[in-house]
Amino acid sequence: MDLSSINPVLLVASLMVAATPILLAAIGELVVEKAGVLNLGVEGMMITGAICGFAIAVETGSPWLGFAGAAIGGAALSLLFVLLTQVALANQVASGLALTLFGLGLSALLGQGYVGIKPPPTPRLDIPFLSDLPGLGPVLFGHDLILYLGIALVAAVWAMLKYSRAGLILRAVGESHDAAHALGYKVVRIRIMAILFGGACAGLGGAYISLVRVPQWTEGMTAGVGWIALALVVFASWKPWRVLLGAYLFGGITVLQLNLQAAGVAIPVEYLAMSPYLITILVLVILSKDKSNAPASLGKIFHASH
Amino acid sequence: MTSPLLSLQGLTKAYPGVVANSNVSFDIATGQVHALLGENGAGKSTLVKMIYGLVQPDNGVMLLNGQPYAPAEPRAARADGIAMVFQHFSLFDALNVAENIALGMERPPAMRDLAARIREVSETYGLPLDPYRTVGDLSAGERQRVEIIRCLLQDPKLLIMDEPTSVLTPQEVDILFETLRKLKSEGTAILYISHKLEEIRALCDHATVLRLGENVGECIPAETSARDMAELMVGSTLQPPERAERDLGEVALDISGLSVPAPGEFGTSLNNLHMTVRQGEVLGIGGVAGNGQDELLGVLSGEILTLPEAVRLNGQAVGNLGPTARRRLGLLTAPEERLGHAAAPDMTLTENAMLTGSVRRRLESRGFLRWRDARGFAEKIIQDFDVRTPGPENAARSLSGGNLQKFVIGREVLQDPQVLVVNQPTWGVDASAAAAIRQAILDLAAHGAAVVCISQDLDELMEISDRFAALNEGRLSTPRDTAGLTIDEIGLMMGGAHGMEVAHV
Repeated sequence: MDLSSINPVLLVASLMVAATPILLAAIGELVVEKAGVLNLGVEGMMITGAICGFAIAVETGSPWLGFAGAAIGGAALSLLFVLLTQVALANQVASGLALTLFGLGLSALLGQGYVGIKPPPTPRLDIPFLSDLPGLGPVLFGHDLILYLGIALVAAVWAMLKYSRAGLILRAVGESHDAAHALGYKVVRIRIMAILFGGACAGLGGAYISLVRVPQWTEGMTAGVGWIALALVVFASWKPWRVLLGAYLFGGITVLQLNLQAAGVAIPVEYLAMSPYLITILVLVILSKDKSNAPASLGKIFHASH
Repeated sequence: MTSPLLSLQGLTKAYPGVVANSNVSFDIATGQVHALLGENGAGKSTLVKMIYGLVQPDNGVMLLNGQPYAPAEPRAARADGIAMVFQHFSLFDALNVAENIALGMERPPAMRDLAARIREVSETYGLPLDPYRTVGDLSAGERQRVEIIRCLLQDPKLLIMDEPTSVLTPQEVDILFETLRKLKSEGTAILYISHKLEEIRALCDHATVLRLGENVGECIPAETSARDMAELMVGSTLQPPERAERDLGEVALDISGLSVPAPGEFGTSLNNLHMTVRQGEVLGIGGVAGNGQDELLGVLSGEILTLPEAVRLNGQAVGNLGPTARRRLGLLTAPEERLGHAAAPDMTLTENAMLTGSVRRRLESRGFLRWRDARGFAEKIIQDFDVRTPGPENAARSLSGGNLQKFVIGREVLQDPQVLVVNQPTWGVDASAAAAIRQAILDLAAHGAAVVCISQDLDELMEISDRFAALNEGRLSTPRDTAGLTIDEIGLMMGGAHGMEVAHV
């Protein structure tokens, strides 16, 4: 066992990369759930985003177009969820599960010609001097733009929910769609926008896996990250900064346990592999002890019966 | 009289299978308090929804200050100076007062300015409110203040109030009326919906009566007796419930030293309750909603378990028994919430009859259900209690509130209870159905059952109960004989006005 082989700077830098897909998907789902919609199709939208982003990046040679395509792809798939739940008033849980299964199948179909190809590399930020700072440089200034976008999104969502009128209306719709409707707010329209935003975020998160984290395409490569993102939103009590904390904690322990495995720690690999799930959930459960404040209309179907 | 503020001409609105409003016309003048009277289902709600832009009329026109007025949505109605206080509060429990008020405004100022204005307006009208409190923690009266202040901040020309006093103590009602009179003196017109006739006589200048969607008459409330107005609403003569002389028997229900912690985040804890109810007696329990009524019902029904000795039924300790065991012993309950608590909304009436009746009506044997008997039981309830429904195979949800309430009460009454506990037996029920339900409760007591009636309708409690006690913040006042009790004494038992003061006119 050789723990000295673990470099803390590299560890922190790589945990940020490992956490970003979860963070992106979770912050999108947080907005969706704050609007009172439970979309269990995050996994499906992520994998669809992963292949859309990968394919477009490979075809155009531009990772940025790839990410844009991933966001559009994820949002397009969420449009199916919109049709099912907001127009046809179908059950949200069943529709979300269907979306995940459909997304997994669709992505496998789309990705047939892309197995074994390398995508164009996503450029990293390279600020002269700052990026070369020992320790801080690789952690704070050495990443790609999408990683910073993820953090910026958390801040933006937090500020929007807390300070803006749009955020207040979004929360109102999620708290009581009947009361919001009685006040004249367009419940369905607001929810559709939230679902599309969630789809775009999940798509971005998926593309981050296929273009940055793993850089390649394999079927089913999101491997349950979408479900982790869903759980994270609940355990973070629908609070944006706790989502960030949870995502980094999960990413951190994932990277750390890989390092520990490589260092040959005498703990069975299975225990190490399950540790990120256990520890993240444990920490967030303890944090969320204060009050569980799920949006009161979460998962309920709205029908303007007036 | 000068030209009216709002003039309704021939408004008609039909829903599939039912005409909610048919050719309704009347005028509301500036500074007038105009009452809209009618039983449940008379079309009052649909009418105000049309004025507030939630529903578009099929036919007819509205004129506001002589100009055509056809709001496409509530936003447009608010922009034209029409504000509405809803019957079922349209508030968001998880948000604070200022956020709730901001949601009802077109262009809310910054939160800090808004909070200052809320303080200012609420004090001018004698309705003190802290803008930063979470609405879920407020009492029903305080929640209503939030709605009223939300309307007042928009300087409305017409304020619509849908059943505003159903959740208030008598003192709070007085203060509300002071506020409304002040508004009237400032030239605001008020459209006041209620079926409490004495209130309308005290407050309103003019009344329009709706029955089955049609305008059946107008009157000056101060010059018309409550009885005449009621008969105009119902369209027939009303029979007040008759109370038979009866002798009280043994103590049937005995609660002593009952304390229960609050079951949920927004619940109320019960503190050291004592009460006894004798056979043949009706004990009325008043109080504003949210002061422990639901918890008391839960304790009596067996949904909340306590120490065995805290609840005694005919001398037997039952505090630790669940609902089914208590039903077997003869303690039956009918909760307030019809859909989802008293009845399963999507199950048929037969299935609902089976759910509570299986024990005492022997609707099951050795684990198998006897559906034919259950159907017979449901049919008996429908017949004996005049429940208007095509048959026992209809879902509970499809019944109107009053009919479902008759079914729920009838289901318990026909199980021959020794003790019956009812919570809000006539809430949201029209006058004739309410009279039938009250009569059934009195008949049950006349046959020797003990009845506990929890209600917020004081007139109802005065009418049917032998003794009266009030729940206030989880404490029960000492029960007193209803004969000779004045409304002021009752108000004080209920805890008076919760921090309200009369408007500074």
